[in-house]
Amino acid sequence: MTTHDADPGWFAGLDPEDLDSGVDAIRDGSATEPREWPQEAVEDGAIGDKSTYYDWLHEATVAASERAVAERERASDQQLIHAIRALDDCERVTNELTERVAEWAGTHDCDATVDTEYVQELAEREPEDALESHIVTFASRVAALDDQATELRAFIERWTPDVAPNLSALAGSELAARLIALAGGLGDLAKKPSGTVQVLGAEDALFAHLRGGATSPKHGVIYLHEAVRGTSPEHRGSAARALAGKLSIAARVDHYSGERKPELDDELAERIERIRARDES
Amino acid sequence: MTLPDGVERRSIAGETGLATRGQPVYGEPTEDGWRRWNPNRSKLGAMLETGMQTGLSGGETVLYLGAASGTTVSHVADFAGPTYAVEFAPRPMRDLLTVATDRSRLFPLLNDAREPTAYAHVVEPVDVIVQDVATRGQARVALENRRFLDDGRLLLAIKARSEDVTRQPENVFDDVLEELREGYEVLETASLEPYHDDHLGVVARPD
Repeated sequence: MTTHDADPGWFAGLDPEDLDSGVDAIRDGSATEPREWPQEAVEDGAIGDKSTYYDWLHEATVAASERAVAERERASDQQLIHAIRALDDCERVTNELTERVAEWAGTHDCDATVDTEYVQELAEREPEDALESHIVTFASRVAALDDQATELRAFIERWTPDVAPNLSALAGSELAARLIALAGGLGDLAKKPSGTVQVLGAEDALFAHLRGGATSPKHGVIYLHEAVRGTSPEHRGSAARALAGKLSIAARVDHYSGERKPELDDELAERIERIRARDES
Repeated sequence: MTLPDGVERRSIAGETGLATRGQPVYGEPTEDGWRRWNPNRSKLGAMLETGMQTGLSGGETVLYLGAASGTTVSHVADFAGPTYAVEFAPRPMRDLLTVATDRSRLFPLLNDAREPTAYAHVVEPVDVIVQDVATRGQARVALENRRFLDDGRLLLAIKARSEDVTRQPENVFDDVLEELREGYEVLETASLEPYHDDHLGVVARPD
């Protein structure tokens, strides 16, 4: 029952000696339905017999998986840290320069406002004289920097789940990347007690507290999480503690096993729900 | 209880338990080329240990979904025929690759088991699907991969906590089984305790 009109097998048209093309075919190919591939490969003359086919398949699948693993693991925590710092720098400088653009453009255009939308719009303008052309060129540089920040954000969004699947499922890509950056790496984050994770990003407040006088901070950068922000101020400390606990566990699973554990999502949701229910009782 | 050819109860290091013949993988005790198959670390091992009728006789072509680090897959490849092992996470796949190096009929695939079209050009129709995926929608994964079974068996371990931690495992199992019946006839179910908490072993065949 060899119907050759449907999707071909991975081996179609390949030379068993050419491992690279076999690897590409395995990684990039697809088919809606499986067929008796070993038999077809022999019948098509792609390979001598079934046993040799399996040897070929073994070599090609191992090589394909090795390469795919290497590619996905290049999405390392250190790359993310660079990306998140580059994002922060881009945004900080964009804000600063946006003010400068608005101030300068204001001498020329009475509708000038301090926001990136205005800068983007100004950058598109056709300058009317030499002076305006300086302002427009300057605005276009700032606009490009703003675009760069958007691209970095998309990069972080896409890569964090590969680096830390559970942490980014619980925290969202950006917060996960920020926690990793604040700790210095996924491994460092995994080794921190959850009380430290709770106040990562609030070091100033923490040391003011430790020196005496100030109250202890309830949360650091995890304030960005809806579980903390969306909880009434009275219970926010509990929510932050619960969230930090679950995020620590997620970071440890990501660092030591790398396997996705969807039950962590539900455990967090359940904890937060219970904390918020205190408001009603 | 009938064990597949290539799986035996043997006394290894003073303890009797399931064993297969092959290169050791995860520091399990070995004796005379046989290595212990620890049911606490393997849902399929627990299904055999609890006496479920898996229909396995040895030498089958297998599609293994959710291969993880290859603990169970290594034993399956020891007694089965060509074994396709699908795992989506890169880190466990690295361990799985080590397991595959010593086993020439084990084919590792870094793919999402929810998207079988991405590996149907490589995987042939099989005699057995073993499924142990820790994601929501475990019935959906089984249904999506039904295309690889003509008759044969689905050996599934349902993990209640992957579907919903807040509900009673029994209710979760009922829902998953009901959805599974859209494409399978369920032949047998059994709790995998004491080896695995909140897991249900399922033997099914395509309907």
